[in-house]
Amino acid sequence: MTLLDDSIHTRSAPADRPPLDRFDVWTDEMVDAAGIPLHDVPFVSVGGGMGSFVTVDYLRVAGGVPASDIRVLSNLSHPWQTYEHLTRVSQLPRQKRIRSDSASRPDNLWGFPSFAIQEAVARKSVKPLLQVLFEPVFADFYTPELDMVLKGIEREAHRIGYWDMLVQGEVRMVRRRAGGGYFTILENADGRTAFRSRDVHLAVGYAGLRFLPDMQAFRTKLNDFHHVVNGYEDHEHVYEVLRRRPGTVLVRGGGIVTSAVLERLITDRLKYGSQTQIVQLFRTYYDGRHGSHMWSRRPGRNGFAYQGFNYPKSAWGGQLKARMRRLEGSARAEVYDEIGGTTTAWRRHWQRNLAKARKGGWYHTVGGTIQDMRLDGDQMVARIQHAGGVNDLRVDYVIDCTGLDGDVSRHEVLKDLLQHSGATQNPLGRLDVERSFEVRGAGSGIGRVYATGAASFGGYFPGVDTFLGLQISAQEVMDDVARRGYCRRMGAGRSIAQWFKWANGRPV
Amino acid sequence: MVPTLAGRIQTRLFLLAVIGGLVTAALTPILPVDGPLGDRYQATFVVLAAVAVLGIGWELIYHFLMQWRWEKDWPTLFGLLTLVPEGIVVWLLATRDLVPGLPGPVPTEAFTIHFVLVWLAVWLVANGPMRVPFIHWRFRGGRLL
Ligand SMILES: Cc1cc2nc3c(=O)[nH]c(=O)nc-3n(C[C@H](O)[C@H](O)[C@H](O)COP(=O)(O)OP(=O)(O)OC[C@H]3O[C@@H](n4cnc5c(N)ncnc54)[C@H](O)[C@@H]3O)c2cc1C
Repeated sequence: MTLLDDSIHTRSAPADRPPLDRFDVWTDEMVDAAGIPLHDVPFVSVGGGMGSFVTVDYLRVAGGVPASDIRVLSNLSHPWQTYEHLTRVSQLPRQKRIRSDSASRPDNLWGFPSFAIQEAVARKSVKPLLQVLFEPVFADFYTPELDMVLKGIEREAHRIGYWDMLVQGEVRMVRRRAGGGYFTILENADGRTAFRSRDVHLAVGYAGLRFLPDMQAFRTKLNDFHHVVNGYEDHEHVYEVLRRRPGTVLVRGGGIVTSAVLERLITDRLKYGSQTQIVQLFRTYYDGRHGSHMWSRRPGRNGFAYQGFNYPKSAWGGQLKARMRRLEGSARAEVYDEIGGTTTAWRRHWQRNLAKARKGGWYHTVGGTIQDMRLDGDQMVARIQHAGGVNDLRVDYVIDCTGLDGDVSRHEVLKDLLQHSGATQNPLGRLDVERSFEVRGAGSGIGRVYATGAASFGGYFPGVDTFLGLQISAQEVMDDVARRGYCRRMGAGRSIAQWFKWANGRPV
Repeated sequence: MVPTLAGRIQTRLFLLAVIGGLVTAALTPILPVDGPLGDRYQATFVVLAAVAVLGIGWELIYHFLMQWRWEKDWPTLFGLLTLVPEGIVVWLLATRDLVPGLPGPVPTEAFTIHFVLVWLAVWLVANGPMRVPFIHWRFRGGRLL
């Protein structure tokens, strides 16, 4: 394909032609005739969140791709925007510690120096280093403070010229181009623009919040967004009301966000003397080690399944990663089943607070499901089905911490890709990708579409939706682009040189 | 880095050869032992080779033990503490003349200094700096090939 220089062509659209959207494959003439301004760039990354950032960081630093050859198309103004929003509303302010470990550094593709080293130097303290030395057996996993992580990303974004690559707007679709490559349509205040590229990378995150059917029914039937909230949306009003008057909260889930919400409710009670009663509902209640084989037993207690990160640690580089990479179809689905499920981290201070709450008689756990929910005066009645039968529970609030919506058919761009560009879904319903994160079936001549992050879950690598997972995926993408001859490989010498540039904060 | 079996063995051999080799080369002249420098170098490099060869057996054991861990990881501390059993075994073999190629008896003090310093250097490099030249290493369970 020919790549025009950065020029933009504008023509007015003739009224008598059928809209472009109806065609699966577009020619240059069709786009031209539709009057859509055209912009040429070899590599486009759609999303502009953490996945885009980490991928373009890899391409810039390791692949040696100039900023002028990359465009990030996004409705965000900075890559950590969605992440910071989600962490804040789910009770993780900047001074708290995130879930991932010391060497998961989205702002540094080597993971060295780790966050623990950085913190030790900044605070002039060996504590973070000792924690890494003793984790996870004699200490909790070291995890960095959110603030340090975000500042690092900001610094790295400046270093790689992120904002020179960013074009803000809403991406509508990606379509294959006759002759190879793709057109990506972006819409913003200036109207529509078509980006004509060789490759497209998709990192669009989640389609939205996930609500279990009963919650959804309650919210839509009664138009009530006050009593029933999702842990991933702003729900500060719940804590505010509970600090003013006694009440009962039903917390649903057993993951890391549940832990953060419980911690908030418990500390509000301990610190401000609120009189909140907490009931936690687990769909699956774990009370001990669980698993099918003596070599695969996960710890569990008081309802929770415990694990440092959202997958066993070896998913990001050890034997689990190596094993999954070789598995196909149902064998792979089986392993996903074995290692799947909601887990949270065992943290000593969380455990202490939970124990206090349990002892005080204001924190109870149940294993079961909600059959029905209705309003009764200013309260709600939740009908809970559990092992011992069915009970009605009167509560003031329900905080649902069961997650985000990863359904790819609910995302405009991904759905379009499935309908028009040959992409298919994997057994878990997400996009079917190769080991290189190329979307299967969506190739176009010399061009490729890559997908990383939540949309690629269910493939050869399970840890996709984490910082380290995004880096592993980015490395695969870069390796594939290099194999195809469109960027450089990074050998030991250049890697060391690039690392020194990073350490000195010099531009790539 | 969370190791696979192949990664453990490759990383051990590579780091003992490169980092262990550098430390041994620099340290040998100042170790508290008598004898010509050539013999001393022979002794320290034979000990280093013994750690590497026996290490393959040790890695099999560690890999087996790791299977009982749900996360299939190998905590940083384990990588440091395994110095004790490995050191004792090499010392027993070396002082009982069971390591071929040693030019003479191995004094305990010199052995301990050499072994511990090589171990610490390898362990430190494996826990960080190794990631700088080799960006694929940590995602491949420590494999270099
Ligand atoms: C509460 C919480 C805590 C977490 N903690 C950790 C942790 O401690 N460690 C860790 O490793 N991971 C953590 N994660 C996971 C991590 O945040 C994600 O893996 C990562 O942010 C995913 O990046 P992404 O690019 O796929 O999605 P995002 O960062 O969400 O970026 C995608 C963005 O693309 C944009 N977009 C989507 N569609 C379009 C379109 N059509 N046009 C324009 N723009 C579009 C949207 O703004 C969207 O936000 C956490 C996640 C959550 C929710």
